[in-house]
Amino acid sequence: MTGSTGSTGSTAPAVPDDIEAALAALATSAPGGLAVATLAALGLADLYATMPSPLGDVLVTWNGRGVSAVSLAENEEPAALEARHFAATGRRATRATGGLPAVLARAIARRMSGDRRVRIALDLRGRGDFERQVWLKALEIPSGEVRPYGWIAAEIGRPRAVRAVGSALGHNPVPLIVPCHRVVRGDGTIGQYSLGGPANKRAILAAEGVDPDALEAMARAGVRLIGSDSTRIVCHPTCRNARRIRADHRVPFRSITAASDAGYRPCRVCRPASSLVGTGAAA
Amino acid sequence: MDDSTLIEALARDVDGAFEALVHGHQDRLYTIALRLLADPADAEEVTQDAFARAHRALCAWDADRIRALALRPWLAAIVVNAGRNRRRRPVDRRPAVSLGPLLASGFDPGDDRPTPETVAERRVEAATWTRRLAGLPPGVRAVVILRHVDGLSYTEIATALGRPEGTVKAQVHRGLRRLRAMIEDERAEERREMTA
Repeated sequence: MTGSTGSTGSTAPAVPDDIEAALAALATSAPGGLAVATLAALGLADLYATMPSPLGDVLVTWNGRGVSAVSLAENEEPAALEARHFAATGRRATRATGGLPAVLARAIARRMSGDRRVRIALDLRGRGDFERQVWLKALEIPSGEVRPYGWIAAEIGRPRAVRAVGSALGHNPVPLIVPCHRVVRGDGTIGQYSLGGPANKRAILAAEGVDPDALEAMARAGVRLIGSDSTRIVCHPTCRNARRIRADHRVPFRSITAASDAGYRPCRVCRPASSLVGTGAAA
Repeated sequence: MDDSTLIEALARDVDGAFEALVHGHQDRLYTIALRLLADPADAEEVTQDAFARAHRALCAWDADRIRALALRPWLAAIVVNAGRNRRRRPVDRRPAVSLGPLLASGFDPGDDRPTPETVAERRVEAATWTRRLAGLPPGVRAVVILRHVDGLSYTEIATALGRPEGTVKAQVHRGLRRLRAMIEDERAEERREMTA
């Protein structure tokens, strides 16, 4: 708009410019991230970013519906991660330039530090009902405790599906948020772990205060449950109630039947009655 | 993907085709929002909000209703409505930056490669028009933008906004007349400054 500078006067400038052309030239492009942000907000695409965890940096993938995946950040090219995510969910994943939203990062950090009350929305679309039931049940296991695969199977009303529970835990898309590492084999050994193998499972359990070696030693000695001879209540060895039993009152049991025969009742917190069906499969 | 292909794809699978809809219409919806609201952050938010509203509606509709959709005006109406609730921040009324110093420093407007200066000039030009559009009454501003920035026909605008076509035409005409008057006022002002 450089105006005419000449005459000041009576020769009225009619229509100074082509207003319509000027208006048409106001068409512009949307900002670069708008499409991705829009699709992610609707749950039609995902964003990912790294955050620290007890196992080192992890990649958290999320969209407007919730967290959809957690994986180890090491040794994976972005293209490989994005292809893997697309194959699993049918959605594109894009690295979030701004990192994880602060609220989400805080919530995940709190969950990883053992706070089960913090709410974290999960996007588990496309997953089966059985898998969801298994994962939701795993969420009930407190930090610092473990339960056998058979416990989950029995708790969700599928006592014979122990192997399927192991498989569902192995496919847990959101490890650490859904603590599948707190589920161990029925024979007392630690078992497999989808987030980097058994060594990582031991490491994270140790970080939560479980001694995996002691747990396995106890299992080798045939001990599956611990009772208190003062309360006559029997628990899983890592149950918070079992850990309170003084050494001179601890009574080891091989099975709930043995405990029951000795006049013990199952703990109402860790509900061991359901845990001894089957021996558990690898996750 | 042209709009008729897109509509057919949406009728079959809203979620599957929605990415194509976003990519195909984000520039025009953002443009409409930006020219309506004059604030890039607001415009971005309103554009996202408009897509979310569109997605919700499409998910609730059956295939035949989607096939009957006039996509361009429908989306335009959604972004105008989404913007209506957002028009709260005071519009920036600072005068546009003068090109004088730029010209004095040897900038040659004849060069049509996009130098930083021409980019700056375009920005100044857009800011000037944004200020002028902000001087129009909201209802008039919306129809001027839909007709002349987005390029919808009078019939499409009338359908989209649920106003009679005659009203839309009159509003566009009134809007252009107001813009013309603003430009003439600006020039009179410039002349007064130069002769002062």
